[in-house]
Amino acid sequence: MSMNVLPPPDRAIVARRDSIARDLARLVASGGVIADEDGRRAFETDGLTAYRCMPLAVVLPRTTEEVSRVLKYAHDNSITVIPRGAGTSLCGGALPAEDAIVVGVSRMNRVLDIDLENRTARVETGITNLGISGAVQPHGFFYAPDPSSQLACTLAGNIAMNSGGAHCLKYGVTTNNVLGVKMVLVDGRVVEIGGAHLDASGYDLLGLIVGSEGQFGIVTEATVRILRAAEAARPMLLGFESSEIAGRCVSAIIASGIIPVAIEFMDKPAIHVCEAFAKAGYPLDAEALLIVEVEGSEEEISTLLARIVDIAKPFRPMAMRVSQSPEESAAIWRGRKSAFGALGRISDYFCMDGTIPLGRLPEVLTRIGEICAGHGLKVANIFHAGDGNLHPLILFNANDPEQVHRAEEAGADILKLCVEVGGCLTGEHGVGVEKRDLMTSQFTSGELALQMRIKTVFDPQWLLNPHKVFPLENREIEHQAWEH
Amino acid sequence: MNNARPGSERELQRLIMDAARAEMPVEVIGSGTKRSVGRPVNSGLAISTASLSGVTLYEPTELVMGARAGTPLVDIEQRLADKGQMLAFEPIDLGPVLGAPANSGTIGAVFATNFSGSRRVIAGGARDHLLGIEAITGAGQTFRGGGRVMKNVTGYDLCRAVCGSWGTLAVMTGVTFKVLPRPERTGTLVLLGLDDRSGVEALCAALGTPFEVSGAVHLQAPFAARLRHAGLAATQNAITAVRIENFASSLRYRLDRLKDALRAFGEIHELDDANALAFWSELRQLSPLQGSTAPLWRLSTAPRSGPAVVAAITRYMECRAWYDWSGGLVWVEVLDTADAGAADIRRVIAHHGGHATLIRAAPAVRASIDVFQPLEPDLAAITRGIKAVFDPKDILNRGRLLADL
Repeated sequence: MSMNVLPPPDRAIVARRDSIARDLARLVASGGVIADEDGRRAFETDGLTAYRCMPLAVVLPRTTEEVSRVLKYAHDNSITVIPRGAGTSLCGGALPAEDAIVVGVSRMNRVLDIDLENRTARVETGITNLGISGAVQPHGFFYAPDPSSQLACTLAGNIAMNSGGAHCLKYGVTTNNVLGVKMVLVDGRVVEIGGAHLDASGYDLLGLIVGSEGQFGIVTEATVRILRAAEAARPMLLGFESSEIAGRCVSAIIASGIIPVAIEFMDKPAIHVCEAFAKAGYPLDAEALLIVEVEGSEEEISTLLARIVDIAKPFRPMAMRVSQSPEESAAIWRGRKSAFGALGRISDYFCMDGTIPLGRLPEVLTRIGEICAGHGLKVANIFHAGDGNLHPLILFNANDPEQVHRAEEAGADILKLCVEVGGCLTGEHGVGVEKRDLMTSQFTSGELALQMRIKTVFDPQWLLNPHKVFPLENREIEHQAWEH
Repeated sequence: MNNARPGSERELQRLIMDAARAEMPVEVIGSGTKRSVGRPVNSGLAISTASLSGVTLYEPTELVMGARAGTPLVDIEQRLADKGQMLAFEPIDLGPVLGAPANSGTIGAVFATNFSGSRRVIAGGARDHLLGIEAITGAGQTFRGGGRVMKNVTGYDLCRAVCGSWGTLAVMTGVTFKVLPRPERTGTLVLLGLDDRSGVEALCAALGTPFEVSGAVHLQAPFAARLRHAGLAATQNAITAVRIENFASSLRYRLDRLKDALRAFGEIHELDDANALAFWSELRQLSPLQGSTAPLWRLSTAPRSGPAVVAAITRYMECRAWYDWSGGLVWVEVLDTADAGAADIRRVIAHHGGHATLIRAAPAVRASIDVFQPLEPDLAAITRGIKAVFDPKDILNRGRLLADL
């Protein structure tokens, strides 16, 4: 671990591991508790592998009642709980602590109900994101948020982080697509919030829970909106001489009144990495690439893409290619969606997740280049151009602690830059431990205190995922102020 | 009661701080058109944000606008229309329904009430379009939530918490929100004389097609008769209507395909662009709900449950219904009684799932019953906790949402 992100564990709890594991085993069906060292090691980290910590124990419940019993037990014994979905968090959201029980929902993955007329699906939250779409696809429906990790990541994690994806320009992120949840509170009580109806009664607690990074409770079931899929969708590629021109082209498309279902941007290093992996036919000489996708009937798609071609022409694209077949479309998206994996084959990297106003893109990319060069590092950029969500991928060698440190510094500088130009630290990955200490660059101490008091409403003892989101020192100050 | 209309955020903050210090309840309003919704608020001071006005940010190509909370909604919509854009969630105008003037609401109130129009079925509600807020807590603390970018998961989602809280958590001074292009063309298919069940079935079938239906309503005949559109009002029939909005090049194709999908439900009429715009604009103005003082309920339920809910209510009282959101939102007018039918309506909605809000009723009725849906004890406790975080002295719109809040 490159820095100390966790406070010292409670040694008394760690010393009681065996008896705690025995207690937990009585609360869940056989095989639901993992206490041996090899078993626990599989849970020591998540998608942010730079941070690792062996948990006290791991519980993988199969029912809401089991989750409830485990949380009640942890609450009664003042033991910290780390909720976990598939462990794909890129911000250390599921990083365990030595004195904490990991409660993973991955075994709760059933589809409970599909209601096509009401256009909802009720599922257990351990289901994968793609699993929901898979269940409703035979009926021509889909679940809209599509994070790149959708094959593996769970709905529980999506709800915790309010995950987005490439297609949220048109369809919104998780919070726009979840209608109701069943949630286990920290003391084991089970509450139902929302349902199959479209708006909240009273405060929008659901809106608060989505994106609360597992700090308010463990969501075990959810009712999500499912949408009838468009008749067809087709992407096109546009390559440009510079990022600035690509950005202007995006603005021109949106100004025309067309809202493509996705507008993805890659810079040259990203193009090369993805092309080497996916053989999608990306233009290797372009400085910037746009993938623009539209939906509708075949004829509507042709009309819309022809309009986009007309809009793009004045920007002198170096490459312009409309996908001609489903295979080609799949290859184009495979390149984009495998970007993180493809890059991982050639280097270690940190994936940043700031959001910026589109108009500041050229300036931000220039400064990101300067920041990384200043730290002696390379960077590739991937950008959800339609919604301003920027993913700079900072390359480094994990075996060189000094490089890791420089990469972290560069990452912090980049995120501060995003805030400085009017954006934010994280668009879809969450704060976790990774960006916890940068929160003070976006929020005042008063704003952080307000948020922390909301956590205290749900979790007075701060037992749920407590080391995440807020700088540890602010948390101590707030604790004292609030208690007196 | 005293009225204050602070001209600056700083002045507003001072007023709230003073009120908090004195533990004096204040009523929070924009232009005051929706004042009569909720339990009557007992306060010595009404603070209006109406003087905090003006668009502060507009980037059409980034689909974002920012405005001070008191900015008139009509000004916002005009600025957007000038650039061919709109608020896609189609905010409704409750004013005339409540006896207040039309077109006089503020943008802050749009988000404070989280009421959305027919396009909510495809575009999301007000809460889905709110990107950022600047606000003042009941303790007088200024804070920001969200920001000006579309995707933002940095910290908790305070925008969502404050949106729809009816001024009971914080006083918004500024909002930033997502905007979208106006559709090039609007078309509408109409079926006449369907009963509620078939009407809602047709609406749900329409929304289950890939043609991006952006409005799905069923008006019982008495409500349809109140439309200003002479042709539609004269049909003497229930009206079931489905809207498609798109580029001119797509509209014909989509309407024809949708007709195929709905043919089984009866003869299909079509409104041209001008008539369709007039019809949906009337619905935004809630014109069928105007000109009456009968108690008015707003029910939110699963779309297919709408007709069953109304049928159950009809067993207890005379009522008329207008279904929006393909059946998921039901406006129900009932006869004037001591509790406006609350006990029966709440029992019915509890059975079917969802919630009921009494939008229009005499003050005495509103003071004696729960205007907003009562909460389960566990959720009520969380709700009180959230209220205490934002408004520790309970001064903002005290009692408006729930008696003990």
